Amino acid sequence: MKKCFLAVICLVLILNSCSKDNDISQESVGITLNFNHSWEGTEVTNVDFDDLKFTNEKGDLLSIKLLRYLISEIILTHESGVITVLEDYNLVDVTNNEGLSFTTTEAIIPGEYTRVTVRFGFSDANNIDGAYPDLNTANFNVPGLLGGGYHFMQFDGKYINSNTLEAPFNYHVISAIDPTNVNDPVDTSFTLNIGPVTVGGSTAIDIEMDISEWFKNPNTWNLNEKDVNLMGDFDSQLLMNQNGASVFSLVDITQ
Amino acid sequence: MNAKFLLVCITGFFFLSCSNSDSDTEEAYTPVPYSLQIPLLFQDKLIAPLLSTNNPLTEEGVALGKKLFFDTKLSGNNTQACASCHKPQNSFTDNRRFSEGIDGVSGSRNSMPLFNLAWNFSDRFAWDGKELGLEKQALEPIKNPIELHSNWADIANKLKQDPEYPTLFLRAFGTSIIDSSYVTKAIAQFERTLISGNSKFDQYLLGNATLSLGELNGFTIFMSETKGDCFHCHGSDNNPLWTDNDFHNNGLDATFTDLGLGTVTGDPNDNGKFRSPSLRNLTFTAPYMHDGRFTTLEEVINHYSEGLQFSSTIDPLMKKVGQGGIQLTSQEKLDLKAFLLTLTDLEFINNPDFRN
Repeated sequence: MKKCFLAVICLVLILNSCSKDNDISQESVGITLNFNHSWEGTEVTNVDFDDLKFTNEKGDLLSIKLLRYLISEIILTHESGVITVLEDYNLVDVTNNEGLSFTTTEAIIPGEYTRVTVRFGFSDANNIDGAYPDLNTANFNVPGLLGGGYHFMQFDGKYINSNTLEAPFNYHVISAIDPTNVNDPVDTSFTLNIGPVTVGGSTAIDIEMDISEWFKNPNTWNLNEKDVNLMGDFDSQLLMNQNGASVFSLVDITQ
Repeated sequence: MNAKFLLVCITGFFFLSCSNSDSDTEEAYTPVPYSLQIPLLFQDKLIAPLLSTNNPLTEEGVALGKKLFFDTKLSGNNTQACASCHKPQNSFTDNRRFSEGIDGVSGSRNSMPLFNLAWNFSDRFAWDGKELGLEKQALEPIKNPIELHSNWADIANKLKQDPEYPTLFLRAFGTSIIDSSYVTKAIAQFERTLISGNSKFDQYLLGNATLSLGELNGFTIFMSETKGDCFHCHGSDNNPLWTDNDFHNNGLDATFTDLGLGTVTGDPNDNGKFRSPSLRNLTFTAPYMHDGRFTTLEEVINHYSEGLQFSSTIDPLMKKVGQGGIQLTSQEKLDLKAFLLTLTDLEFINNPDFRN
């Protein structure tokens, strides 16, 4: 009788233990975001950098030297209506081939989500000057003179200007500062709507940045007029923000 | 008979065991972990330093590394040490354009200052990034014929015959082996302790010092996108390293006699690129640039103001190259220099832990 009782206890413990394991694995999933890059549909990697091989909408021939940008604040809306906001952020550094694939560290409950969004840059609330040691170490800060916080994107290169000479461009996106109202920056970060996503144990979302769109839509960018010193150019920052809306697209979601 | 044999065996094992035990005692000395003193601003603003997992810092390892760093036994004719070209009083560089090796032959690069090396996360060292890791970097000057011009076999022999070194190696690494691997490990440990983070500007950021109007204006020029625009490569109040530790062509030459990073990568797009040095301790690190071409800070500032040269790999951040540079006024140049000198760290220069 005693042996039988012991066996039952052991069985219960084993089953209970199995159940807990399953629960833990279900509660611990992350989402992987993969960032791909193209120029009007043709894949771009850092191997393509430093060569004058891209032509923008205006017709300017250009090269890319540096491309790195910030992704943050992944928001998931569950079919039940519960909204999960992940405070993870990631620096995508195309130049050094780093951060192109990023797995969220905060736990997500698997299930059906009706809407998932990812933010380009930091929201005003998260764009806290000097608050992120990894971004400070990466030298991604914005000077206090320009509102502080962090770059959203550094995109440097050269183009052939109207005098047929090589000239530099520094297409840097930051939170826009109106010189007439320096204490109230305009949030130029924006969200990319990925749409509905089924989150399982190994969900991967492939996102593509069409780099050419920064120069195209809706504002045809004229590098001869706007090439450098754009961080403190309020109007340019607003135009960049408008063009950013069509830069990212969803390529695939895999499980 | 069997009992006697057993007794002999047990006795034999006992002595063997004692013998091993003695050896173990000698080799099992556990070095004391070294506590790296990280400045408050570094703790707040930067990620943790890059420390080697297979060469952890210990009190004994750092002390041995320091002794080796200053020891002329590491040169072929016992006349020079690492410290001959990396002098503590010069922020671990020297004041020559090109350092002279033991045979009086000069190189073609300026000796780099040594500090905050554990925050170089690419782990690429030297002006052109040719050395991957501090341990590996320390291998090169020993055998370089225009530097210490020695060889590792000779150095190992000299150190083994020294009355102190065998014990120091034993205590630092638990081995009586003395070779290039352990010598460079020790030197790398010492180099990782060379931290400079207590300048007037650091104290200003901590609220313990005030800056003059000129120094403040210089900082504004440094951080202004339309003026100095220095911050994109040389850090900021949020990056107290004052370098991005990356490689740039900063417009020194229209054509290159030294390809810099390009020599290492073989990529023509890297030609003319050199590491951005930290701007700390400039008072002590003249002459400046990879080839020490500028003897004063005024010359450096003049270069960025009106001396930029166009070349195919010039960094796009040298955006005023078409106008020769950023065109600072005389007063702006003075103020910028005044700010740069606030990054002087006398505590680092005078730290007895870093002196012979």
